[in-house]
Amino acid sequence: MAISRDDVAKVAHLARIDLDEEELKLFSKQLESIVEFIDKLKELDVSGILPTSHVLGLTNVVRPDIARDSLPGEAVLSNAPASSKGHFLVPKVIE
Amino acid sequence: MKLWELTAHELLKKLAHQEISQEEILSSLSKRIEEVEPKIKAFVRIEKSKGFNGLPIAIKDNICIQGQPTTCASRILEDFKPPYDATVIRKLKDAGFTIYGTTNMDEFAFGSSCENSCYYPTRNPWNPEYVPGGSSGGSAASVASGEAIWALGSDTGGSIRQPASFCGITGLKPTYGRVSRYGLIAFASSLDQIGPFARDVEDCCLLLKVIAGHDQYDSTSANLPVPDYRQSLGKDIKGIRIGIPKEYFSLVKDSRFEGIDKEVKIVMEEAIAQLKRLGANVQEVSLPHTEYAVSVYYILATAEASSNLARFDGVQYGPRARGAANLIEMYKRTRQAGFGHEAKRRIMLGTYVLSHGYYEAYYLRALKVRTLIANDFAGIFKDFDCIVGPTSPTAAFRLGEKIQDPLAMYLSDIYTISVNLAGIPAISIPCGFNKAGLPVGLQIITKSFDEEMLFRVAHCYEQATLWHKMRPPI
Repeated sequence: MAISRDDVAKVAHLARIDLDEEELKLFSKQLESIVEFIDKLKELDVSGILPTSHVLGLTNVVRPDIARDSLPGEAVLSNAPASSKGHFLVPKVIE
Repeated sequence: MKLWELTAHELLKKLAHQEISQEEILSSLSKRIEEVEPKIKAFVRIEKSKGFNGLPIAIKDNICIQGQPTTCASRILEDFKPPYDATVIRKLKDAGFTIYGTTNMDEFAFGSSCENSCYYPTRNPWNPEYVPGGSSGGSAASVASGEAIWALGSDTGGSIRQPASFCGITGLKPTYGRVSRYGLIAFASSLDQIGPFARDVEDCCLLLKVIAGHDQYDSTSANLPVPDYRQSLGKDIKGIRIGIPKEYFSLVKDSRFEGIDKEVKIVMEEAIAQLKRLGANVQEVSLPHTEYAVSVYYILATAEASSNLARFDGVQYGPRARGAANLIEMYKRTRQAGFGHEAKRRIMLGTYVLSHGYYEAYYLRALKVRTLIANDFAGIFKDFDCIVGPTSPTAAFRLGEKIQDPLAMYLSDIYTISVNLAGIPAISIPCGFNKAGLPVGLQIITKSFDEEMLFRVAHCYEQATLWHKMRPPI
């Protein structure tokens, strides 16, 4: 399947990456060849086969409901590029 | 005999007999690092000034160490200092280990050559013109070159076994759920597993015993007792039923993939003959869905990665792009500047296969084929104790050889990938060399939570050969 520069730009927007023009072109070529390769899976009949999202088959794993210490706020914020009054600081979202 | 040349179990014996001290081990390693690190570049950080009083170990740069930079060899985690220890790190510290260095890797474990690091590529100790494999290339190279006694890495599609094979050492991917992933910076959560690198099987056993076990902080860790793996050593393999998948020796399906290298095949045939001489009952088996494994993997692993890496957005950690007018633009510019090419490529592929209109055709279909691949293995383990084959279709390749062709790079993981998809354990041990003097690895695969079988077969083979004693000429 052909993947155009514009298709790549659309996916890049979804993935929140500001790809440059060179990358858009390079990735359209490379993704096309990778997608062509993975299309191989279409050869197989998978009707009636259940999907495996997880090999252990565990569901709803819970620990005992006992309160325990959390990380201190300062530790959590210590790597943030911007923080204020115990919160992460981001550019204005609501005008 | 220099101390850096010894294995951990040899060093432990000498320590117990008070023939040597911890300081002497570390000073021997430090000297070795000074000597060879400029050529190998296995580490991204080495702690120099700290007081040492435990057996030293090197750690891949994607396992969180409290208060010490942990960056996944990515600019987007530049200066990140985790506020907590990964469970494996806590276990190592509790057991008295000293972490003195973090090792180089492909950015976010995306790669098979260690060339996708934001720092520099690591070199293969057997020949610096060649890659050490990846993504845990730094851990493998540090152990092979004598800069580390042992090390931890992570394996999502072969990232422990393939570099172990390229560097001529032993590397284990434990069963999914055997070792806690808490504090391992996630690549593909349904495939990732932490495991040991060592110079022999016994050390691998010792290290797995330290890091394995259930963890409340990882809901996918298995609540099963951890066996004393040393009990698996020194046993014979008479009558052990070994399957050899015919697909691993014949697969030629893509113009970019030439199948198993001729010299690797010769080494493999000799290794299998050795297993027969040791009394194993060796028979050909079939894993019919092998040729689909790479496709399944690159759909599922990238889909999971695109989701896991969404958290790197310039809010909680890492450098933030300046001058953005709004939040979305801040995310986009931060991620554009922070991720390298391979990380972007995989996030893009993962986003693509999950996006509207493609989810069923790619992601859901891949999950179903994953079931078929797991069933292939389960069927064989009804009649066989383990499966043996090459870890990688080739020995190490040259730096730069595959970096321009992502698909060719992906195909080099063809024998390791299906093991992660099935969640089962596998070990790579050295089993010979090609004509260029580069190591070849033998992969042993078994059913879930039977690492003891891997150790038994691997140790028996190892003790009958000298490959694990070979050291690179540096």
